[in-house]
Amino acid sequence: MRPAIHFASAALALAALWLGAVPAAIAADTPDPVADARAFQKFFTDKFPKVKLEDFVNGPYSMNQDMHRQWQDKEQFPPYDFSLEAGKEMFSKPFKNGKSYADCFPNQGIGIRQNYPYFDEKEGKVVTLELALNRCREANGEAPFSYVKDDMAALTAYMAFTSRGKPFDIKIPNDPRALEAYQNGKRYFYTRRGQLNFSCASCHVQNPGERIRAEVLAPAIGILNAMPIYRSEWGGMGTISRRFTTCNSQIRGVPLDPQADEYRDVEYYLSYVSNGLPISGPGARP
Amino acid sequence: MASTIRVRATSSGETTEVQALIQHPMDTGLVKDAKGELIPPHFIQQLTFEYEGKNVFVADWGPAVSKDPYVKFSFKGAKKGDDLKISWVDNKGTSDTTTAKIQ
Amino acid sequence: MLEFTVPLAAMLLIAGSASVFAAASEADFKSAYAEAEAANKEAGSLRNQWTTTSAALAAAKKAAESGDFDKAVASSREAEALAKASIFQATSEKEAWKAMEIR
Repeated sequence: MRPAIHFASAALALAALWLGAVPAAIAADTPDPVADARAFQKFFTDKFPKVKLEDFVNGPYSMNQDMHRQWQDKEQFPPYDFSLEAGKEMFSKPFKNGKSYADCFPNQGIGIRQNYPYFDEKEGKVVTLELALNRCREANGEAPFSYVKDDMAALTAYMAFTSRGKPFDIKIPNDPRALEAYQNGKRYFYTRRGQLNFSCASCHVQNPGERIRAEVLAPAIGILNAMPIYRSEWGGMGTISRRFTTCNSQIRGVPLDPQADEYRDVEYYLSYVSNGLPISGPGARP
Repeated sequence: MASTIRVRATSSGETTEVQALIQHPMDTGLVKDAKGELIPPHFIQQLTFEYEGKNVFVADWGPAVSKDPYVKFSFKGAKKGDDLKISWVDNKGTSDTTTAKIQ
Repeated sequence: MLEFTVPLAAMLLIAGSASVFAAASEADFKSAYAEAEAANKEAGSLRNQWTTTSAALAAAKKAAESGDFDKAVASSREAEALAKASIFQATSEKEAWKAMEIR
């Protein structure tokens, strides 16, 4: 009678979804990112009055005193050191055709991480730093890097490092497509997905500072500021894409392509609402 | 080969605090790779900190220690400008050593 | 001729109803699997497939390959139910997400 049990569990899941569904809320039809960002920051500073705004970039370490102490110790000899050094070397080494990353980016690629992702009006899409780096590689006859593995993480670790302390400065140009990308990102962030029915907000808005199994959850504000991160759970470095894809799998949702539109848009949204908070990457997490 | 050992030793008064970060995969031998084959064990078995010919800290490690291990400890009897020698040997017989000046 | 068709009809009737209680056939599996796949494909167009749906589909295929069509059909039906639930989730979340938004 196995099929009956499976049906019952599926039916229960359906019932849970039905009960969880809420009648359409009154949402403004034209998004107002400025108001969103203000409300977003207020939500977290109200919830954690003892945490300074700029400290939210430390994720779980801003939520837990004991972890904060351990992390400060670790910052003297951070585990991302090796990747950072490798990234610096990679960044400075010219391509086979003699050009280098510096030729593809403003200010030679130094101290620019806080401007990414940006909305490319020619293309009509959000462009992330990782995407721009791979396009630079391909334009110069080099093979692209995987978006989730070590090489890309080492490069972005170095670029983030050159921007340390600079506040996020994400722009939404006066273009309805940019506003739409922003809104898509916002929608993605709050949408429940996967069999476990979580949205990004379920953990990072509703439960920052609480635990999910053994992990202390980070607040959504400033959550990308420390990227890329050396994550002890991974035993290595990972990019924003790595985190998005693994999170999807963890809630039993099939991950999308690492630079799928949805991911680019949610990165755009999350970065924008953290404008003003300092880049702290590369980072270390449990 | 670039050194796998980063070390910082600072002395204040009698005590010298030592921190070290060592680059090593510390494979347990229990993990499978993408093809489903076991990654063979590869981990540091002994880590030694030597001051003036004497061992001030010796660690006998096994596969339970995580990748890129970080060590912190203090010892007495050293002063600024002295040398501290760090070396490790792993289960494959590979080793690395470095000397740092106590600051 | 009539004396054959009545018992024949009766046999066919019995055979038809007997299949409900008898073991599933490869044809049963193929149709159940196709339905499950179609539902999962729709979930894919909504960008909301579940990993457990893929796992159930894989289990169904594996069972079919080893000839266990009962299990294959059961797994296919489970996959279809999961896929349908993921479609429901994607559809209802189109409006429901607004309730979670920080304002």
